[in-house]
Amino acid sequence: MTTLTTSLPRAAWLVLERDLRLAFRRWEQVTHPVVFFIMVATLFPLALSPEPALLRSIAPGVVWVGALLSSLLALESLFRADLDDGTLEQLTLSGQPLAWLLLAKTLAHWLLSGIPLVITAPLIAASLSAPGEAVGVLMTALALGTGVLSFIGAVGAALTLGSRRGSVLLSLLVLPLAMPVLIFGARATDQAMRGEVSTGPLWLLAAMLILAVTLAPLASAAAVRVSLE
Amino acid sequence: MGTWTWFHKLASPPHFYRIAGKMIPWFAIPAALLIVFGIYGGLVRAPADYQQGDAFRIIYVHAPSAWLSLMCYSTMAISAAVGLIWRIKLSHALAAACAPIGASFTLLALATGSLWGKPMWGTFWTWDARLTSELILFFLYLGYMALRSAFDDLTRADRASAVLALVGIVNVPIIHFSVTWWNSLHQGSTVLARGGPKMPLSMLAPLLMCFLGFTLLFAALACVRVRGEVLIRERNATWLKELGSPQ
Amino acid sequence: MQEFLNMGGYARFVWPAYGLGLVVLCWNIWSALHLHRTALERARRRAAIGEDAGQGSR
Repeated sequence: MTTLTTSLPRAAWLVLERDLRLAFRRWEQVTHPVVFFIMVATLFPLALSPEPALLRSIAPGVVWVGALLSSLLALESLFRADLDDGTLEQLTLSGQPLAWLLLAKTLAHWLLSGIPLVITAPLIAASLSAPGEAVGVLMTALALGTGVLSFIGAVGAALTLGSRRGSVLLSLLVLPLAMPVLIFGARATDQAMRGEVSTGPLWLLAAMLILAVTLAPLASAAAVRVSLE
Repeated sequence: MGTWTWFHKLASPPHFYRIAGKMIPWFAIPAALLIVFGIYGGLVRAPADYQQGDAFRIIYVHAPSAWLSLMCYSTMAISAAVGLIWRIKLSHALAAACAPIGASFTLLALATGSLWGKPMWGTFWTWDARLTSELILFFLYLGYMALRSAFDDLTRADRASAVLALVGIVNVPIIHFSVTWWNSLHQGSTVLARGGPKMPLSMLAPLLMCFLGFTLLFAALACVRVRGEVLIRERNATWLKELGSPQ
Repeated sequence: MQEFLNMGGYARFVWPAYGLGLVVLCWNIWSALHLHRTALERARRRAAIGEDAGQGSR
């Protein structure tokens, strides 16, 4: 077996940096999910009522559902471009562990889709009359939660690569697995807004993230291999 | 080598087809007897619960189907893993067979649980840990079946859905331990509780009969379905010609 | 008998539950047998034509 000329960390960095660089050329892939997030959040006051008390009570749920749906949207672009231009195949043939490379790829995706949501969230929360003290917890929970969603979503995206009804099927697969993230993320935010201690759900989210980061890339790699067969 | 030849023979589709066909009555008849006597014992013979009255009798349908929903998924995930790792088509056939069975019993568990919940807790549904995770299990079954049908190539469908089944396996221990980990509206373990079952024998015996009966029923159904799946997957038609008259 | 059917007042919960159980049971049996029967017919047809059965055709 030939020795790899590129070390593992370097290989991961190359993948990560490439994805980030490509994203700068296609800004819309970063901004569209954020705009979607803002619009979804706006739907609720329009559909229900603009009364501040009501909005405050539903604010955690609205933010999290919006973030979840926006993440699903962003997942489309995770593998699509690389599949189309053959890069994905090259990654599998590169000799580097595919799971490791996909970890780097998913990390890039998180930075590009999750972080903008984390930054936009305080704006949304404020528009829903949520108290300011909860913002820190909201952003932390979202940072953790969007991470889990990126990693779990990567598995779904890899599985649905070859199929025609891609996006709906992707949602169908990812949503059940994303529900625990929603439950604990919304709970943490809700507790913070009511002034209660919210560390419990945050620790659970952190644990989910660790589990996702370590195991999901393995599943993603298996799924990519299946899809490219 | 002698000990493993039976396993290798079993993994051969025509051999398995024959054996499974012979096993069906051995599963189905005891299953029918156990279920009939178990239901009779639970519905007619067992005394009414002093707290829940006759409503508790729903347990004889609800608990075994909940058990089946978990067991089916576990079987599906394990055989999917075996099929994925060792590339055994028969294993994938078993995984495919489990899905509709498991999904239907998950739905039954949710529905009967709901019917039991209304008189007992005053509500048809609550978003506690056990019910929510069982609902997620139902969605996972649906997602599995949806993913399968999205592929024209059966090998790709097998392998892709195998990955999905394995990812979703984390839900099974969550469902099982949810009543201990969280304050749940759903009651805790009564049969597997510490210090032995908390149920009198007149109620427990029919329940155990139902558990065993449902499990054997699953085995019978799986045999029938896997035989069908084997036929769909079989490339070599020659042994199919020798199938002769319908069984 | 009347008492039995009444299920201590819980009849409208207990009987639908058992009814659903019966429906799911019957559906499972029918569905499994149907799958096998259809697959058997198709396999026979393929064998009769003599072509390579071909994986993946539904």
